[in-house]
Amino acid sequence: MTVDSPPAPVQLDTPARPRRIPPAVLLIAPSIVFMALLLGWPVIQGVLQAFRSDEGFTLDFLTRMVEDPYFWPAVRNTLLLIVVMIPLQFAFAITMALLLRSNPRLNKVHFFVWAIPLALSDLAAGLVWLSIFNDRGYLNSVLTSLGLGSVPWLAYDNPTTLFLCVLVAEVWRSTSLVLVIVVSGLQGIPKDYDEAAQVFGATFWQRLRHVTLPLLKPSLQVALILRTILAFQTFAVAQALTGQNFPLVVGETYRWYTALQNPNVAAALALVILVASMLISVFYLRALRDKGQEGTR
Amino acid sequence: MADITISHLVKTYPGGTERATDDVSLDIADGDFTVLLGPSGCGKTTLLRMLAGLELPDSGSIAVGGKDVTYLPPNKRNMSMVFQSYAVFPHRKVRYNIGFGLSMAKKPKEEIDRKVAWAADLLQLGPYLDRLPAQLSGGQRQRVAVARAIVMDADVLLMDEPLSNLDALLRLNFRSELKKIVKDLKTTTVYVTHDQSEALSLGDRVAVMRKGQIAQLGDPLDVYDAPADRFVGGFIGSPPMNFIKAAVSGDGGALIVGDQRLRAPSLLQSYSSTDVLLGVRAENVAVDTQRSSGDVPGTVLVVEPMGSSILLTVEVEGQTIKVQAPPTFRTSPGSTIWLTFSPNSMRFYDSETAMALVAR
Repeated sequence: MTVDSPPAPVQLDTPARPRRIPPAVLLIAPSIVFMALLLGWPVIQGVLQAFRSDEGFTLDFLTRMVEDPYFWPAVRNTLLLIVVMIPLQFAFAITMALLLRSNPRLNKVHFFVWAIPLALSDLAAGLVWLSIFNDRGYLNSVLTSLGLGSVPWLAYDNPTTLFLCVLVAEVWRSTSLVLVIVVSGLQGIPKDYDEAAQVFGATFWQRLRHVTLPLLKPSLQVALILRTILAFQTFAVAQALTGQNFPLVVGETYRWYTALQNPNVAAALALVILVASMLISVFYLRALRDKGQEGTR
Repeated sequence: MADITISHLVKTYPGGTERATDDVSLDIADGDFTVLLGPSGCGKTTLLRMLAGLELPDSGSIAVGGKDVTYLPPNKRNMSMVFQSYAVFPHRKVRYNIGFGLSMAKKPKEEIDRKVAWAADLLQLGPYLDRLPAQLSGGQRQRVAVARAIVMDADVLLMDEPLSNLDALLRLNFRSELKKIVKDLKTTTVYVTHDQSEALSLGDRVAVMRKGQIAQLGDPLDVYDAPADRFVGGFIGSPPMNFIKAAVSGDGGALIVGDQRLRAPSLLQSYSSTDVLLGVRAENVAVDTQRSSGDVPGTVLVVEPMGSSILLTVEVEGQTIKVQAPPTFRTSPGSTIWLTFSPNSMRFYDSETAMALVAR
């Protein structure tokens, strides 16, 4: 006597299940819609605005932007500021973070004080520095009382001191962002690496170069991208300190939009910043990519 | 290679009240392998870190090869170290990691290459030289850490629980390998561990530490065989030494455990009518199911076969002890067995101070 085994379930001719939207997509859908409406749409509008007039597609606004006498000085000033400011800021931030790591007395207070500029609006920072640098400001008062005479730091015909004032104010205002990122990055590096390097005879500079900075690279990369993009957008501090005397690209955007009432050229300028920021980010990501770790991915 | 002289080293961590090392003095001869052994918090790692220069003592001094290094920064001490966490640099390849100390010292490239190849060969890392640490197993990373330490020609080799992150089998294998490597190097080595079997198997000398002080310093076998106090006996050995409350008879000739009388060794002659602690290792108690002269009866509580032996928990005169029986010994919980303590393996401790008794 044989026992019939139950027929094997046949799945061949069951109809294909209707394609369902994966739950992940459903979950992120609200944010996608939100982003598209509040970010994507304005970006597209802005880009279109730079190229569209009543008669249709045009490059007139771009031409007008480039031919404006303030445009190239603004580009030059912005680039100069970035090139000088970013290395300075990183040097400061890394030094400060290393000082904090050595666990000095009142460690937390130092960190808190150094992070204060982060909480300050940039216009407020600009006004604070204006009260220091203006002709009868704090700096000149001190100089005068020392018998050194006052210096017209913010005079329109003195581009060097104008640049220095904006630089000092911007470094003061925005280094804390780099500091916070670097400090958190340093905290993520186990102490053992530094100790091992010490025992194996590395000097302070060797440790910094061969151990600390390479391990800090991911944080530095984030800080570098953020700071460079934000540096392209430097505006309020320079505006408060120098008005038009030290034009920057975002300041020009603002001038075209408000003073000159031309949103199209303003959009063209904004586009320049957008493209520059994107190019810089791609450049950093590629240049700082960890070549050694590609194999593990 | 150099000898180490540690004298009166005191260290209290900021914010702490207890001394991490409490007036520790220790001499380590050139080429010796010394193990610092103790439970966590006993100050063994602190002592090692002060040797390395990663912590500074409050007082006392450390001399290496006759030169005072107490307050010298770590990179000026010519030491090398294996860290518990390996501390192999994750961003550089194995080759660079092993040669790190040499390249920091700006040694010529050929020399670095030669030594890295030698160390990689010794530790079977040859095929992995061009990998990143992330692509290695834990055991291999540990080997890299050891290779990095041995290429250095350092005066002193420091090891901070180097085997504690490996799994049991790997630890056992690597332990003997490490012993051979260090023996061939002939470098003065200080090794920190909380694992008593590691300490006994590796060390030329073992320093058992407790609460910042060295409780006993000696040969591994001496430390095992004749613990200086109850703490050492209880810490070393698996199972730890048994301690039985006993008293010496009025004439000093007999040891009284409950209702039983044992013949007292001559050491106890001078301790007549005093309470003592009898210390005896599990393997030094002979067991039998039959009574013969001089035996003590006990009731079996637990039987644990260990493979090579059987571990018995036995109640003797109201006190519980662990006894090791041969694997062929058959008994069951509740039955009565007869125990014989061999006079030569009995150790005696003061019942108050828990220190070993000496003839007086």
